[in-house]
Amino acid sequence: MKEFFAFIKKEFLHIFRDKRTILIVMIMPIVQIILFGFAISTEVNNVRVAIVGDTTDPEVRKVIDRIDNNKYLTVTEILSNTNEISPKFQRNEADVAVCFSRNFDSELHSGGKASIRIIGDGSDPNTAQMITSYVSGAIQDEQDDITIDYAGEQKTSMSPVVQLMYNPAMKSSYNFVPGVMGLILMLICSMMTAISIVKEKETGTMELLLVSPVKPLWIIISKAMPYLVLSIANFVSILLLSHYVMEVPVNGSLFLLSGVALLFIIASLAIGLLISVIASNQRTALLISGMGLTMPTMIFSGIIFPCESMPEILQWVSHIIPAKWFIIMVKKIMIQGDGFVYIIKELSILAGMAAALLAISIKSFKTRLQ
Amino acid sequence: MNAIEIEHISKNYKTVSAVKDISLSVKEGEIFGLIGPDGAGKTTLFRIMTTLMLADAGKGRICGFDIVKDYAQIRQIIGYMPGRFSLYQDLSVQENIDFFATMFGTTLQDNYETIREIYSQIEPFRKRKAGKLSGGMKQKLALCCALVHKPSVLFLDEPTTGVDAVSRKDFWNMLYRIKASGVTVFVSTPYMDEAGLCDRMALIRQGNIIDTGTPAEIVAKYPYALLAVKGTPMYPLLKELRKLDGVISCFSFGDSHHLAYDPAKTQKENILAAAVAAGFKDCTAWEIKPGIEDCFMQLSEQ
Repeated sequence: MKEFFAFIKKEFLHIFRDKRTILIVMIMPIVQIILFGFAISTEVNNVRVAIVGDTTDPEVRKVIDRIDNNKYLTVTEILSNTNEISPKFQRNEADVAVCFSRNFDSELHSGGKASIRIIGDGSDPNTAQMITSYVSGAIQDEQDDITIDYAGEQKTSMSPVVQLMYNPAMKSSYNFVPGVMGLILMLICSMMTAISIVKEKETGTMELLLVSPVKPLWIIISKAMPYLVLSIANFVSILLLSHYVMEVPVNGSLFLLSGVALLFIIASLAIGLLISVIASNQRTALLISGMGLTMPTMIFSGIIFPCESMPEILQWVSHIIPAKWFIIMVKKIMIQGDGFVYIIKELSILAGMAAALLAISIKSFKTRLQ
Repeated sequence: MNAIEIEHISKNYKTVSAVKDISLSVKEGEIFGLIGPDGAGKTTLFRIMTTLMLADAGKGRICGFDIVKDYAQIRQIIGYMPGRFSLYQDLSVQENIDFFATMFGTTLQDNYETIREIYSQIEPFRKRKAGKLSGGMKQKLALCCALVHKPSVLFLDEPTTGVDAVSRKDFWNMLYRIKASGVTVFVSTPYMDEAGLCDRMALIRQGNIIDTGTPAEIVAKYPYALLAVKGTPMYPLLKELRKLDGVISCFSFGDSHHLAYDPAKTQKENILAAAVAAGFKDCTAWEIKPGIEDCFMQLSEQ
């Protein structure tokens, strides 16, 4: 046991004496979570609306006021004709344009039909989609009022009211926090463990450790242990940050969430050990964990692209990424507040992966040099 | 019982064979030298003996323990100092020693006497990081770490490579003291001048042991008479001497040429006369006793 503690102490000394390691292990997760949580947001705020039409027209005025009163939308400009829209978009002075037909008021009242055109900036389709739906929402509200005004009473009509359960404000941090949590834990556990073992191989100290009477299994465990501790610390700090700064709720059981995280950390450590067996130098280890872990985790775990819209073959690939299952579970527990029963499938898949990876990596750890 | 006993050890790396059918035995309490140039297979043999590597063929015993089956027991009783400095550069001298002592289930205090003489030299720097030590200091630290658990057999892979002449001499004095405390020392070196310092030794070349014995035995086996020859210019002289009748071989050794000849066919006077006749100036020649390097050269020729 004394050997074990001496080993862990040594491992912590390595970590705390290397500024780069400290940076990766302690600072990067916090920066990442803040970056993803704040800077990279898919919400649209302060949309600048340009208006084309006759602003003296009373009905047009009403619509413009309606748009301007929307908290996401601001009318910034009144243009005289549609030709001016394109230069505005090009100079990035407007995000969307709303065009009213000529004689809007009279057409609406006499003909009962007037048209409004919404022109979005398609060079950024996702944002344009969201902005145009905001604008048409605002116009729809006005339409409802008009209907009541003219018919005198509310006509029978179906109007869908959309509500997003669990995330009514559509905050993107609800999506990013679980994703980034998975990414960071994966990165620290796998990459740092792999690199620290491979470093011993590279500098030749592994030779001395193997020649010592310490059992190889203990070498592995004591190499992984400090990163386990650091990962738990990171998990806690991410959780605190996301709860108090990003205001992401923890609706489910904190205990269950921690248990799931621990399981994922163990799976990641096992992957790290496996990489350390394959890689002969630090550069290879870094490359394998960067290309082989971080990239697929980013792509397949649903942080950026939803897995459901991928071709079937890629969806199959995504199933073998442990982070995917972890992120699904974190979303269920944190956001939906699901209990144990609802995550049994994902939990057993991740547990199976962790057990298999751990068994393979311990078995393949060599008691001798290559 | 012999401390080290290996029989017919062979090891191949893909197509290259590093060690070919090597058998050696090292008595308890002696300093045994493995002498050979770089790439002769010394490190491979060390790794096989220290249970770090499996041989393709052959078997071996360290203090009676089988190098394959009983690797765990062997790891308890040996000390190993790899050729490259392999300690933690970011840990201090003290931390390194403490760590390795604990790994071997002991403490610096318990075994202070064992390493006192060496450790006392680096003790003033015990707070310094190992990476910031000089070459000689690093080597002393590595030796301390290898000795801290009182091993029965100490394996030193090229401990004096890259160390200055004074430190090398110091180092060999330390080895004698370690030997005096009853430890068997198995040391490798590419320097032939260190060979004479061993109790017994083996000459290794391209994975083959070409001779074993005490330094005196190996030198005594040298079959020819040996001359040191000087003259200007030196390099053409070497070529000229090699052409002479009765000359077996001639190699450049620092400031003179060592020339082996068959006393039945030629004499020192003949050789000297031939050199003068060929137009070389300041020619001198004198009889010398063969050294280990001469023996190595002669054995390599075969």
